[in-house]
Amino acid sequence: MTEVIQVEGLTKVFAAAKGQPPLRAVDGTDFTVYEGEVFGFLGPNGAGKTTTIRMLTGLSRPTAGRAQVLGLDLAADLPRIKKHIGVVPEASNLYDELTAFDNLIFVMQLYGVPRRERKARAEELLGRFRLSEKRDAPFAKLSRGMKRALTIAAALAHRPPLVFLDEPTTGLDVMSARSLRQMIAGLRNEGVTVFLTTHYLEEAERLCDRVAVIVKGKIVALDTVAGLRSSAQRKTIVEVTLAGADGQPEKRRLECEDGVESAVQQLLAEAGGRRVLSVDTLRPSLEDVFVQLTGLSAEVMLAEKGGKGLVLSAGEGGGNAGR
Amino acid sequence: MLADDLRGLFYIALKDLKAYYFKPPNISWGILFPFAFILAFAIRNPGDLRALVPGLLALTVLFGTSSMEAIVIVFERRLGSLERLLLAPIRLPALLAGKLLGGMTFGLTVTLVVLAISLAVFGSSGTNGLLLFLALLLSATAFSALGAYVSVAVREVFEAQTLANFIRFPMMFLGGVFVPVESLPTWLQVVARCLPLTYSVEALRAALSGGSWATAALDLGALAGFSVVLFSLAVYTLSRRIE
Ligand SMILES: Nc1ncnc2c1ncn2[C@@H]1O[C@H](COP(=O)(O)OP(=O)(O)O)[C@@H](O)[C@H]1O
Ligand SMILES: [Mg+2]
Repeated sequence: MTEVIQVEGLTKVFAAAKGQPPLRAVDGTDFTVYEGEVFGFLGPNGAGKTTTIRMLTGLSRPTAGRAQVLGLDLAADLPRIKKHIGVVPEASNLYDELTAFDNLIFVMQLYGVPRRERKARAEELLGRFRLSEKRDAPFAKLSRGMKRALTIAAALAHRPPLVFLDEPTTGLDVMSARSLRQMIAGLRNEGVTVFLTTHYLEEAERLCDRVAVIVKGKIVALDTVAGLRSSAQRKTIVEVTLAGADGQPEKRRLECEDGVESAVQQLLAEAGGRRVLSVDTLRPSLEDVFVQLTGLSAEVMLAEKGGKGLVLSAGEGGGNAGR
Repeated sequence: MLADDLRGLFYIALKDLKAYYFKPPNISWGILFPFAFILAFAIRNPGDLRALVPGLLALTVLFGTSSMEAIVIVFERRLGSLERLLLAPIRLPALLAGKLLGGMTFGLTVTLVVLAISLAVFGSSGTNGLLLFLALLLSATAFSALGAYVSVAVREVFEAQTLANFIRFPMMFLGGVFVPVESLPTWLQVVARCLPLTYSVEALRAALSGGSWATAALDLGALAGFSVVLFSLAVYTLSRRIE
């Protein structure tokens, strides 16, 4: 696998406000992003996500640490790096006075897309982001979701192999966010490497191949979504639903640390021949993992139904309750 | 990389002209404002109107280049679109040169209109064309660089306007537009010698009335000097904003 971004000890310290210690907005982070993956930076507000993107794209100078982007040294080769990356900042920032089409053309002019390709590329992007109808509307007149879509389109205009997306769906309505996510997912199929920040778990879960959880400038976990989940899933809860004497189903639960067989057997034995309606495993959701990692809430939420893969019909008993 | 810079510079200027400069209120303001000033002055001090032409042209270049120039960068920084330019594969001096070129193009276009009117009214006898061209070009560069510096030095659009006026208005009264610099008290003459407008008016007066290259060369040199210093200051200030 080719490394597209390699970061070692990346640190950004902001000068102190009066009477405050200096703020370590990004504090010695190490990570590698590989070609073709969607890499997520997941963290609460103020975690250092935007600061990381700003450093990796040349808008902010790292206080310490090293980074390579597209095989080039960030400190030495910034102008060459800039040519091959696309950046979607937190706020949509195209030119209000220019039309959707002219905005795309300007971006392509800036990046040196050959004149003969610009028009076709602009039309293609407008089509893909469902903005063809708004081709000649000034950017100022577009809806929030459309502005976001056009800002992403603009970041792709020069066909960069690496794209940074800073909270692409924050502040959007559900439908716009969903359609944007589809477009972002589509990027992976084109082989574009995506560095995405978000504070939505669901988004990280849906879009990202790997996720780094960042809290107060430090990466506290870095894994695939499945890996993250399983790492914090030391506990599994087995729940059996029994047919009650009065016809009301009765649920019984047992926690276990590794392997659910014994728990299932114990619960079935306790059932004492009553009809078993279902056996479920409940797992901490990714949200629980997130809460646990970030320490955002002292109380780790218990389980959410996670064992959809396992519903045993009555009488079968036992079996592997894992997923 | 130079090719990237030059291309970026050109398209940034083009975009600024399209998005900001050549909009109706801005165009008419650019032309009317200097005329209004000169007219007000001429009505109160009737005399040789022709003598006011160099001042009129210099004011037109000054306001035409710097009015919008002084706010575009702050404006784009407030809206976040300046970041788009900072992210592009262009070096900072090229980015700012693009901004300068936009302001200069607009200022010179407006000035050409004013120049055409003056020439039509007063005739073109005694005009040194090459000197006139150089005087206008270097004035535009210096004033545009002044605008760019104002624009990167402040944080808010209204601050830019205030600062620009704070610099331009004293310049207008000390720079030889209405009264010759020589008639000012000595200490004010010293102040006037520190202002780019003074050299602009002087060079334009020489160009329009067949003045000698010898004195005009000094004025052109001063304008070039102001351009370099103000532009460098602007580049430095903007680079300091990238922490
Ligand atoms: N230019 C700056 N000057 C001072 N502090 C800053 C600056 N930019 C960001 N910060 C601080 O750094 C921390 C991380 O910010 P940011 O990277 O924007 O977080 P995120 O994008 O994860 O929400 C925050 O506490 C923020 O207030
Ligand atoms: Mg952020």
